[in-house]
Amino acid sequence: MADVKQQVRDYIIENFLFGDTSTQFSDEDSFMEKGILDSTGILEVITFLEESYGIKIEDDELVPENLDSINNIASFISRKKN
Amino acid sequence: MPFSKNDIKIDPAKETDRIVQQLRQYARNYRKQGAVIGISGGIDSSVCLALSAKAFGSKKVFALTMPEADSNPESAVLARKLAKQFGVEYIVEDLTAPLAGFGTYRRRDEAMKTVFPEYDATYKSKIVLPTALDDKDTLSIYQLTIISPEGEEKTARIPLMEYLQIVAASNFKQRSRMSMLYYHADRLNYIVIGTGNKNEHEQGFFVKHGDGGADIKPIAHLFKTHVYQLAAYLNIPKEIQQRTPTTDTYSAECTQEEFFFRVPHEIGDVVWYGMEKSVAVNELAQALDISEEKVVHIQNDIQRKIKTTEYLKANPAHIE
Repeated sequence: MADVKQQVRDYIIENFLFGDTSTQFSDEDSFMEKGILDSTGILEVITFLEESYGIKIEDDELVPENLDSINNIASFISRKKN
Repeated sequence: MPFSKNDIKIDPAKETDRIVQQLRQYARNYRKQGAVIGISGGIDSSVCLALSAKAFGSKKVFALTMPEADSNPESAVLARKLAKQFGVEYIVEDLTAPLAGFGTYRRRDEAMKTVFPEYDATYKSKIVLPTALDDKDTLSIYQLTIISPEGEEKTARIPLMEYLQIVAASNFKQRSRMSMLYYHADRLNYIVIGTGNKNEHEQGFFVKHGDGGADIKPIAHLFKTHVYQLAAYLNIPKEIQQRTPTTDTYSAECTQEEFFFRVPHEIGDVVWYGMEKSVAVNELAQALDISEEKVVHIQNDIQRKIKTTEYLKANPAHIE
């Protein structure tokens, strides 16, 4: 779980913040409300999650409670893998 | 008094006068002598044409329709009727050849073929969003729908690179139209009228430097509900007032609701207006006869779109 959180955080910092770690966002912050990701960014994160964790994200799983924060993604991945 | 969905209504006569004054003032400020407007046979551009004709006089407005291979032929028929009614000079500029020159159709089809290998030029296609009137708060992730010549329909989520390529290729359409509008504006010394309403402008339903790139946007502060009020007041042809708003960008019939807004404007506008006026969720739910949960999902969707489309609304930045 901690690994997933760190991997997703690293991915977002590298791909959307040009590696700049000075932008503070907590594990609970909404990516969209914080202005870090838009729906295209979420689509990119979906591809990253599917490729990194060998999962298939279904259409009815495309909801903010699964994808719109580090914590939400970590819980979602954990549920999917179990 | 409890909140009513009619609270959103405006005084169309007063609003028309206000817009007309500001259109005139804008043209005077920049020493321009009239207005060019692209009309699609839809409600927004029709209202903008009527407002422009009132502001500048019908002889000082130049209207054009810019169809291309995927356009619905009904659009040009309605546009011509509108221009005739308001006594405005009207021409058709077919953009199929220049768009083919840009590779619009080839690039778009190439991406669509990656999603559905059987797709070819004989199919119709569109990209759509799931409804926001669902029981879940869903994200705006696009799906591609293709329809075979036999009418068989298939829908699938679009992977990132294909999605971006389809949108990028399709955006040639709006940007080519804006180029053509400015050609006529430059030769006539006119301004270009932008025809987006508040729903489109604030939620980012336009192409940057395409339909978003006009000189003045006379209805960008008005909800779609208000545009319909002005249409009735300005005597826009009934067929246009009753027509379902479409994107007229994809070959398959695609309403603005399924392409972008995810709810009928009659509901979305009232929810949005209610948010601006700090109306409680339960009052909005009651006025619209939908669940409080649905109201919240619609509010979330509107807020997310406003927030995540800031790039589209930003002017070119300068280094400070």
